[in-house]
Amino acid sequence: MIDPMVWLIVLPLAWACFAFLLGPGRGARPAIAGLAVQLLLALQLAAGLNDSGAGAHAIGGWGAPLGIDLAADGLSVAMLLLTQVVVLPLAIYARTYFASYAAEARYFWPLAGFLIAGLNALFLSADLFNLYVTLELVGLAAVGLVAAGGGAKQITAALRYLFATLLGSGAYLLGVALIYGAYGTVSIPTLLPLVTAEAPDVVRLAGGLMLAGLMLKTALFPFHFWLPPAHGGAPAPVSALLSALVVKASFYLILRLWLGPFAPLAGIIAWLPALLGAAAIFWGSYQAICARRIKMLVAYSTVAQLGYLFLIFPLLPTEGALQAGIMQAYAHGLAKAAMFAAAGVLIEATGQDTVEGLAGAAQQLPLTLFAFGLAGITLMGLPPSAGFLAKWQLIEAALAQGHWIIAVAALAGGLLAAVYVFRVLRQAFLLAPVGDVRPVPRMLEWMALLLAAASVLLGLRGVELMQLLGVPAMGGAS
Amino acid sequence: MTINEALPLAVLASSLLPGLVIFILPETWIGTRTTLNLLGAVAKLVLVGILLAGVHAGEDYGVRYAVLPGLDLVFKADALGLLFITLSAILWLLTTLYAIGYLEGAPRRSRFFGFFSLCVTATMGIAMAGNLFTFFVFYELLTLSTFPLVVHRGTNQAMKGGTIYLAYTLGGGALLLTGIVWLHSLAGQADFAHGGFVASLGQAHAGQLQLIFLLLIAGVGVKAALVPLHGWLPQAMVAPAPVSALLHAVAVVKAGAFGIARIVYEVYGVEFAQSLELLAPLAVVAAVTIIWGSLRALFQDDLKRRLAYSTVSQVSYIVLGVALFGPIGTVGGLVHLVHQGIMKITLFFCAGNYAETLGIHKVSEMDGAGRRMPLTTVAFSIAALSMMGVPLTAGAVSKAWLSDGAQTAGMEWAIWVLWTSSLLNAVYFLPILWRAWFHQAPVAWSGEHIPAHGWRETAWLLLLPPLVTAAATLAAGIFADTEVSPLAWAQLIAGREYVGAMP
Amino acid sequence: MTSGLIFAFAGAALFAMGVAGVLLIDHLLRRILAFNLMGSGAFLVLVGLAQRSDAADPVPQAMVLTGIVVAVAATALALGLVRRFHGLTGKMELPVADDD
Repeated sequence: MIDPMVWLIVLPLAWACFAFLLGPGRGARPAIAGLAVQLLLALQLAAGLNDSGAGAHAIGGWGAPLGIDLAADGLSVAMLLLTQVVVLPLAIYARTYFASYAAEARYFWPLAGFLIAGLNALFLSADLFNLYVTLELVGLAAVGLVAAGGGAKQITAALRYLFATLLGSGAYLLGVALIYGAYGTVSIPTLLPLVTAEAPDVVRLAGGLMLAGLMLKTALFPFHFWLPPAHGGAPAPVSALLSALVVKASFYLILRLWLGPFAPLAGIIAWLPALLGAAAIFWGSYQAICARRIKMLVAYSTVAQLGYLFLIFPLLPTEGALQAGIMQAYAHGLAKAAMFAAAGVLIEATGQDTVEGLAGAAQQLPLTLFAFGLAGITLMGLPPSAGFLAKWQLIEAALAQGHWIIAVAALAGGLLAAVYVFRVLRQAFLLAPVGDVRPVPRMLEWMALLLAAASVLLGLRGVELMQLLGVPAMGGAS
Repeated sequence: MTINEALPLAVLASSLLPGLVIFILPETWIGTRTTLNLLGAVAKLVLVGILLAGVHAGEDYGVRYAVLPGLDLVFKADALGLLFITLSAILWLLTTLYAIGYLEGAPRRSRFFGFFSLCVTATMGIAMAGNLFTFFVFYELLTLSTFPLVVHRGTNQAMKGGTIYLAYTLGGGALLLTGIVWLHSLAGQADFAHGGFVASLGQAHAGQLQLIFLLLIAGVGVKAALVPLHGWLPQAMVAPAPVSALLHAVAVVKAGAFGIARIVYEVYGVEFAQSLELLAPLAVVAAVTIIWGSLRALFQDDLKRRLAYSTVSQVSYIVLGVALFGPIGTVGGLVHLVHQGIMKITLFFCAGNYAETLGIHKVSEMDGAGRRMPLTTVAFSIAALSMMGVPLTAGAVSKAWLSDGAQTAGMEWAIWVLWTSSLLNAVYFLPILWRAWFHQAPVAWSGEHIPAHGWRETAWLLLLPPLVTAAATLAAGIFADTEVSPLAWAQLIAGREYVGAMP
Repeated sequence: MTSGLIFAFAGAALFAMGVAGVLLIDHLLRRILAFNLMGSGAFLVLVGLAQRSDAADPVPQAMVLTGIVVAVAATALALGLVRRFHGLTGKMELPVADDD
């Protein structure tokens, strides 16, 4: 019997190394095959979890505290599943996309493999230090991907991103060191009963450092400065990967810590991320509304959408808040991947990247515009879509606790999203002289549509996902 | 899945599936597209016929499906829903025919008919929604599917109208969502039910329930174009005529009015709403809208804008009927849901005919149009007279029941509102008829696009629908007392909503 | 004050200096050095605080070793990017802002 947890980490490493050995720009086929298997493994893991509860695996037979433990509960498997679901269509997209950009594709496949391995390992890790290592792995691979274009602009964005991510993980690492100093362990299950509301100040300091570092890595306002140039400047498949998944990794980690060991310390401090989240919604949306280039619009939309994720923190103990957060992570992950993919097609077809320049071309790319529109519905939180369910759950949890302000922020954010989404969509309806459109491979359009459709269809059936989230971690509540 | 569960879904599918297929059809496959459209529309009519017979016999049609734990999509076809469904299904068929004629040779027809079908699907979903969650899903879907229709022409003016439309409706949607989620967190998952479901929360939550009612009504009131939320409607007149017909007579404003009926009767329950003192303010808003819309209509020279303000006014008759406490007012309001639909769609069809055939867009250009296009003008006249409430027309039936309802509810002032409105209707419609029939026609029509062929004053696909709906307007008035009239069905509904007293 | 605590405080000071460097220094090479200083500070805290008894605790040492490997990798990537940046622009400072 193979343990899917281990293979989910080993497989991407394997195809990444294989792709590297094959040489620059090659390795798409093994990667796609590997990703297909990974998707099946993640599904198998989820099914197993639903049947028999949380799972754990000690690598090489070395248990904690010396060895590395892998653990899977509902939350981590939900994120794993999201990762595999988003990456597979994106890989197919990237294979076609990079056929015309050989230079940018040089190290895409190895880097993507390391990124996925890092993400999967992060979701399965059960101790703070191991989480640090995986976080760095994800960060470094992501920086590499941003730089893949090789132009001065991309390198600048990559360097800026690199320093932000190093600073973030450095703060996290110091927090880990302080925790180890206080309790002599970094294993989350072991820490769980140790940290209480009367914890010493050094533990609070550690928590604060870790939170700050992770918020920086999640690009929460006002730490978002590095995100738009990095996501807006990278090739489309890379932007999609980064926006859909990488920022979610550090969010997941905050959630994991917040629900786990640091739960007793939360208290009033929970309003800090929520307020920053609300600010992010307004600032990100405003910037997206003003953005001239379409990819910057989408990137700033990410800044805004990440804000929703943080609105859940003051609500967290109650039923529904975590569900809202994960539903939003799914909604945004799928929709944003679709949107960057669609933007990539539009830019490729029109040979320019401004929003206004789409007017003549949009009518000739109905499929892509449709994908963009469906993804937009999810981002606006209109039904039927996963974004709508997330909004519903969030508002309901907020109203149940009487936190009006959170419901208002979520609703206002939806309306602002409508403004920037329709800025793009209206180009499709404008009467404009038919522009020159370069032919674009149909596969690109279909993959964008597939992702967008997934983000909408999830809005019709969220029962299984919620069921999965309900599976607690081993040895206690998640 | 039993037949009774499958039927509501089939009604949805009969327009959703053709719509999706039409999207991907190439522009030039006109025959296939037309066939699909008509097949869907006819299939829907047949299904609706089956449902009508079943519901009359007391059958229950419904299906539910879990989206999230504790959150279901619920469809049910009940008497109230069927009133709206039947109206939409019939008018969809006619509007489709009309649109085929109207858009002949125009570009981007696949897109148009695709969204057109989605729009009807959304309307059906609204009519069959079994709880507020489902209602909201389709309510927003309606917004999204009508936007492309409003901006179909793609001009800057169309874009402006579309943007205003979106701003109003999405804003209204946000209010509605707030109200729905709030109610959901108070009352838990609850389906629409005769007599409402919030009464069990009791007077303890009265304050919150009043606020929620305000949010819900404001949310649906945007689409129902209640003053002061009506600003989008005249702006949306930039759309092609079939779309205006659809927006005004079938889909959008009716969805709003229908939503108000559902909220009052099956969420709050009319007795409980009365005990919370919610109905009287609603009646006042409706009355203000009726008068304001009529007044504004007086000063519009653009024919479609005049009709638009007339819609603002007429839709609130329905709201007024709902807000009058008592079964007679209810019958008046509900029957007007149908009557206003057939009258207003006739007027818009005719306005479209004038524009397409002779290039007439303004009231001041109508001189002698009746001589050139007698059949269209006859239809127009019947509908206009019915709007005024002339005897033997559908409008007269509505007004009679509404007046009686106001009398029984002890709101005599509402009768005055109705009389004033009728008078204003006459003031803004009669000059049009006068010009069309009795003024001298110009020597040549400057904007003539479609020449006359003998008695066929314009393309037959443009001519047939308004004649049919005008005939229906007369029939609904003359045969109001028969078993198969909209009035009889409205009485059936009122009998079920007011458990007990029915005259 | 035990020696472990002294190490820890020294580490914290180094970390703070490193953070200040990463944030404030424009020259890219010096910024990378500042990042390394930051990392070393964190390692020092980790080892220093773990010194609770006479017997050496193997876990923090393993962690620091891993951390050093990560830091080396990050430094290598940073240097590679900086070299490329220098080659393309001839500068050693990032431009002030390059927004949309």
